[in-house]
Amino acid sequence: MAETKPIPQEGTFAPWTDPQAVPLIRFKNVTKRFGAFTAIDDLTLDIYPQEFFALLGPSGCGKTTMMRMLAGFETPSEGTIEIDGRDMAHVPPNQRAVNMMFQSYALFPHLSVYDNIAFGLKRSDMPKAEIPDRVQEMLRLTRLEQFAKRKPHQISGGQRQRVALARSLAKAPALLLLDEPLGALDKKLREETQFELMDIQEKTGTTFVIVTHDQEEAMTVASRVAVMDAGRIVQVDTPPAIYETPNTVYVADFIGDVNLIEGTATATGEYAYDVSFAAGADPIHVTECEADIADGSHVTFAIRPEKILVTREQPDDRANAVEGTIIDIGYLGNLSTYHVELPGGQMVKATMTNSSRISRRDYSWEDKVWLSFRASAGVVLTE
Amino acid sequence: MKRAALILLPYSWLIALFLVPFLIVIKISLSDIALAIPPYTPNLDLSAGWQGIKDFVSQLDFDNFKFLTTDDLYWKAYLSSLKIASISTFAALCVAYPLAYGMARAPDEWRPTLMMLVILPFWSSFLIRVYSWKAILANEGLLNQLLIAIRVIDEPLQILNTPTAVYIGIVYTYLPFMVLPLYSALEKLDASLLEAAEDLGCTRFQAFWLVTFPLSRNGIIAGCFLVFIPVMGEFVIPALLGGSQTLMIGKVLWEEFFSNRDWPVASAVAVILLLLLVIPIVLFQRNEEKQREAEG
Repeated sequence: MAETKPIPQEGTFAPWTDPQAVPLIRFKNVTKRFGAFTAIDDLTLDIYPQEFFALLGPSGCGKTTMMRMLAGFETPSEGTIEIDGRDMAHVPPNQRAVNMMFQSYALFPHLSVYDNIAFGLKRSDMPKAEIPDRVQEMLRLTRLEQFAKRKPHQISGGQRQRVALARSLAKAPALLLLDEPLGALDKKLREETQFELMDIQEKTGTTFVIVTHDQEEAMTVASRVAVMDAGRIVQVDTPPAIYETPNTVYVADFIGDVNLIEGTATATGEYAYDVSFAAGADPIHVTECEADIADGSHVTFAIRPEKILVTREQPDDRANAVEGTIIDIGYLGNLSTYHVELPGGQMVKATMTNSSRISRRDYSWEDKVWLSFRASAGVVLTE
Repeated sequence: MKRAALILLPYSWLIALFLVPFLIVIKISLSDIALAIPPYTPNLDLSAGWQGIKDFVSQLDFDNFKFLTTDDLYWKAYLSSLKIASISTFAALCVAYPLAYGMARAPDEWRPTLMMLVILPFWSSFLIRVYSWKAILANEGLLNQLLIAIRVIDEPLQILNTPTAVYIGIVYTYLPFMVLPLYSALEKLDASLLEAAEDLGCTRFQAFWLVTFPLSRNGIIAGCFLVFIPVMGEFVIPALLGGSQTLMIGKVLWEEFFSNRDWPVASAVAVILLLLLVIPIVLFQRNEEKQREAEG
């Protein structure tokens, strides 16, 4: 796991950069096995109060297991989990200041929306007289006032999702766990709800841990994202850092679109390397590379398609420029993606914004074009 | 037209197999006992035409129903049946619920086997199964021998020919009718609902009581009716296991028909029994409909 690199312009909320900050959740060398299968492998992680923390990974990577351990439905095979400084090993789910929003929402079908939200409060030590006020507050927060008397099967999917959120927030937990909270919603509703979630998280100041396999969702809502693979955390960082400085090929490939070019590295100065990827072709000049790489080692150069400029003429102000042939064009409306073949057979994707509505088609299939990018546009990855 | 034809089929089935026999039973219940074949009068003489029908109807009366109120044997038998049906339905529920719960929670690959075990007794004759309980419950039967062998008791317990034996027999026989609807209700229960309840502060027991139990309500109601309704008219089990002490309306019915050969009184008993059962049957139907609405 790479050191967390702060992005200075990220704003003031970055407790993970502050050595004085006290984490709310500490995973210390946690391992979880199911029989012979290791779901979580020696994992250490701190999550700070008021964070919106995303666990991101493909299915089976262990993210749901981590969440279930936080909720108390699973216990670690080894290691400890602390919440608020307290070892949670022998604390059952009903005694944790943690609430969970289930993927299926798990609304009680025999209870009205109101009673679903009041369910947890009735089990708490809140005085009976205060419960209706709290439920009303939750109904207002999630804009469900007029549905209070309905049963879950009488409301829409989006409304059910909000009931589940209101129910899990009603007890004002120190930590809210969200298991694929938006998975069952269609795309448009999902995007709206993402902003609603962020809004509610900000209003309530609750620490949110969200589990998702949708990288866009994680990038949109989270203050930090942990990318997981096979029971391990590969990288924990802010969304921009994860996107711009992935620490492995896995992360670079999992988040967004990327060109991966394999080659050998040669140091050319401080933080600067040349990556030669094909015999006869000019090497790629890279600067601002943090990794310490031995000369001649096998590396992967990763560059995002939108960092590459497509031009007819050779640009003279760019550190890297290479000529290629357009093989394929993907028109997406706002963007066009050009698949360009370099002389060595290497395919490179470049994305250009379609900024003017009525433009002549600049490039066509089989056209010769120049691809160019700055020396700082990509990263060199060793694993 | 096509639809009418389609509906006609089940309706004609019902008319032929339920309504017509029921009307015949009502007719007999309004007749008088006679030493003849069939053992009642009047008989409908259709060859006499309209006059025959008129004569026939004028001879029908409610004497048999009136007779039922003069002898307290009948209402005692009804009440006793009601009591036995209620208690054994409750007992069956108490036995079946844990069974069904265990089945619903069993690993997937076990469930067909467990289901098979519940249904398996149906593969042998009902009479033989009830009869074999005689061998188990008798004074020198298996149960008493076992209890004496492990020194729980010194003297054999008198179980056979008591109401206890009837309850045991009924619960044993009707258990699958209780287990299956309960199982189907509990099996549908989403396990994440229980996790949600625990997550919101419930203990395991509270989660059961506040979530599992109310959500299996329809299964409980269906199972109770499926046991209660046939047990009301049960005749074989009290006859075989209950001895002379156990009074049930099914047994009275049998005796009126076959010992006394008083078909009109027996029919009156049957009509009253059916009218008594119409109430729970209607309630049962309404529950089923409500359930369908909730699911659809």
